[in-house]
Parts: sequence; C-alpha cells; structure tokens
Amino acid sequence: MDRVHALLRRVRPWMVYALGAIPAALLILRIFTGDLGIDPVKTIEHRLGEVALQLIVAGLCITPLRRLAGLNLIRFRRQIGVLAFVYAMLHFAVWIALDLQFRWAEIGADLVKRPYIVIGFLAFLMLVPLAVTSNNTSIRRLGSAAWQKLHWLTYPAAVLASVHFVWLMKAWAFEPLAYLAGIMALLALRLWWRARKGLAAAPARA
Amino acid sequence: MSNRWNTGLNWSDVTPERLWLNRRALLAGAAGAGALALAGAAEARIAAKPSPYSTDAAPNSLEDITGYNNFYEFGYDKSDPARHAGGLTIAPWSVKIDGLVDKPGDYALDDLTKGIALEERIYRFRCVEAWSMVIPWIGFPLAALLDRVGVQPGAKYVSFESLARPEEMPGVKAGLLDWPYREGLRIDEAMNPLTILATGLYGEAMPRQNGAPIRLVVPWKYGFKSAKSLVRISLTDTQPRTTWQGLQPREYGFYANVNPEVDHPRWSQASERRIGGGLFAKRVDTIKFNGYGEYVASLYAGQDLAKDY
Repeated sequence: MDRVHALLRRVRPWMVYALGAIPAALLILRIFTGDLGIDPVKTIEHRLGEVALQLIVAGLCITPLRRLAGLNLIRFRRQIGVLAFVYAMLHFAVWIALDLQFRWAEIGADLVKRPYIVIGFLAFLMLVPLAVTSNNTSIRRLGSAAWQKLHWLTYPAAVLASVHFVWLMKAWAFEPLAYLAGIMALLALRLWWRARKGLAAAPARA
Repeated sequence: MSNRWNTGLNWSDVTPERLWLNRRALLAGAAGAGALALAGAAEARIAAKPSPYSTDAAPNSLEDITGYNNFYEFGYDKSDPARHAGGLTIAPWSVKIDGLVDKPGDYALDDLTKGIALEERIYRFRCVEAWSMVIPWIGFPLAALLDRVGVQPGAKYVSFESLARPEEMPGVKAGLLDWPYREGLRIDEAMNPLTILATGLYGEAMPRQNGAPIRLVVPWKYGFKSAKSLVRISLTDTQPRTTWQGLQPREYGFYANVNPEVDHPRWSQASERRIGGGLFAKRVDTIKFNGYGEYVASLYAGQDLAKDY
C-alpha cells in the first residue's frame, strides 16, 4: 500500500481532470465517427448522466476505501466532485438544448411537474453549492466544520440522482436499481459507523 | 406540404427487375452453392399497391427502422432487438383465432393472408416515449381478416397476444415483463380501415426485430399498442387487460391514443423528436390522434379522452 501511495503522490490534480475529460472526449469523437447510434441525442444525454452518477459513486467510495482498505485517495475527492458536477451540468445542458430544443414552456413544465425530472433537477441544484465551494478559500471562510456539513449535501444528491435514473425507465431495469442499491449501501455504511461511534461514546458519558 | 424526398419511386423502379435478377444470377453463378438462395431472395420482393392512407412524409431509413426498436422480448435497449432477434424462428408460423368468431382455429400464416391484397401504408409512428418515425409498412386491413373469420354479434373487443418463446427471446427468458405481451382494441377501432396487420416493410418481408412475421399497426395510437409477432387474436365481449395496464395502470390506459393534451404522468406528450435527424433531430409538436383525426376522431365522440387515456 505504501508503494501505491508513493505513486499516487506524483499524481497532480490536472491529471485527474484530464482523466475525467476522457468520457466527454470519447463522446465528441463518436459524433464524428457516427458511432452514437440512431438517436445520438439520447446516447449523449444518457452517457453524460451516467458518468455524473458514476463519479458521485466514486466520490462516496473514497472514505470507505480509506477505512476498509487503507487506500487514501482523499486528495482526489475534490476533482472527482467537481467532475461529477461538470458532467451533471452537461447532461442538463444537452437536455435543454438538444432534447427539448429550448422549448421553454415545456422545459419549465417538466421541471416542476415531472417527478423524475424534478428529482434530477434537485440533485443538480444540490451539487451547485458544492462545486462553488470546492476551493481552499471557501473552506477557510466557512470554517471546516460548516464546510463539511454543507458537503453532506452529496448524500441526498446521490440518492436523488439514482432515483432519477430508476424513475425514468418504463419498467424495472437492473442497472439503475444497482446504482440505487450501491449508493444506499455506501450511505448505510456511514450510518453504521456513526451508530457504532455513538455506542462506543455512550458509556463514557454515562 | 411539398416533399422532395418522396418521389413515389422504389428501388425497383431504378433497377429493372430483369437486370436485378441478372445481377443476382451472376453473383449466384460465382457463388455456386449460394445460387438458389440468392435467386429466392430476389424474387421475395413483395408486390403491394399504394394506399390513399399513406402520408407523403419521407420515410425513415431502413437502418433507423430496423435498428431502433422497443421489443422488450429481446431486451430493454433499443438496439437489443436488432442484436438478438436474428435467431427467431418465423416459419412455420400460425395464429390462433378464437373467441366470438364463426370460424375459430389455428391458421397457418399463408392461409391467413391468402387472397388478401397487400398494400403499402406509409404511416407516422409515435412512441409513448415522445419520439417518432415514418414507416412504409406492407400489410392489409385487420378488418379483412376479421370479416373472413366471421365476427359474432356479441364481440366488443379484440385482444392480441405476441409470441413468448424464452429460448429465442432473452427478454422473455429474463422475465422483463409479464409475458406473453398482450394488447387490445375496441371492435370499431379494430375494424377501422387504418388498422392493419403488417407483414413487411420497405418492400420486403417483415424484419424479425420489427415483429416478424405478422404484427399489428394502429397509427393513431402510441406504438406499444401495435403488438408484434402475433400468435393469437381473440374476439371478446369484455375489455382485455393489456400488459402495460397490468404493469402501470395509472400510466398506460386501454386506449393510448396519441394526444398532446393528455400527458404521461412522468413526461409530457406535447411534442416529439423525429428520429433520423442525427444530433439535430427536430422536435415537433405532437398532433392529436397522430394526425389521423379525420379518420378516427369520430370513434371517440362523447368520450372524455383525459379519462379514457
């Protein structure tokens, strides 16, 4: 593990961003190779949403990996989070521009009336303050405790994003349910840790 | 509206059949053993007369029509049918016709269609998922078949059942829906001249991923009403329960008429994206009854279509 950490020390933030740009670059490449299928708009829209969700899951895995496997990737959590936000934003932008094609009346109605769109939109809105405060200045100004509390928004955002995925399907599909289950498991793990900590602390206070 | 793509010509008009066959023969000669198969394929082109019910809109490409299908028997993804339907056995094929008919029985496909003139019906096709295509079906009015088997006076509805063969259909095997797939029409809807049984498209026999060898096409209703690969047609006096109604009764009604004023609970039906335009496939306003109101609106006189969705 020490050798892994030594290797990881050489990874710079820009390298993580470059890696994170690969799925978007591949999509752009596929536009030109005509490899996006018969409905390229849906392919792009769904892929961007999928990558956003995968990055959210990746962000949620950082703490368990450190606690359970001793692998410390915490240095990269900011880049992963920012990338998740960027992909969610692109997903939203493609929906507005290419899918709904700026039909604002329909977009507005969807954003307040359609449960799965409302939920996806809420998840996106929750990511906004997180992205805005993903810098050292914000941590200093908010204070680390308040900053950390704010960033707990990741948890509801993750749940809503996966429910958004489950809910848009016409029938029960395996993949979205797997994301939802995975995210619930990652959150349950945290609750369990907290509960254990609470139990351990309780006798001392008694 | 002018339509410069739709010349009314087919590929068969460009290449005289004799030359087409010649070319096939040449290829066949070179291929030796393949000769008979190829000659057979060349002769398989279906003769169908044009119909006044056809739209003059440009049909989608064969690639669009055969590569973008909701046919959950083969999987949820729209590319699954093209990938997995190739192994479907479609011959021999028979359709059971039962219920309130004079001549019930298991009809071989050839007997069903014998003597019935095939027509080309270029129809708009609107999916409940808010996308649409234009498809040059080949088929015949369902009414022609119903007249032939004799509908009894008590029959009020027609129910349709699709093939569910797990060994050839991965989606059936995986239990993605409550199989077999069931759909239904009211008898007046079934007898409407727009309602057809389609056995082909683009001048060829029905591709497997589009519901070979015989499927229903009801152009003023959402696509899921047009059940594929039919194995049973029953005349009943009670409204049949459809697969989608069974799964989500609040979302999918029995009628499922294309209607921009009645939204799907989870998404708007106000507009649709025309498949085939690539990255900039245009979104257009959805028309009530998918634009077939002049032929079918009267069927629903006095009905509240927001309630009977």
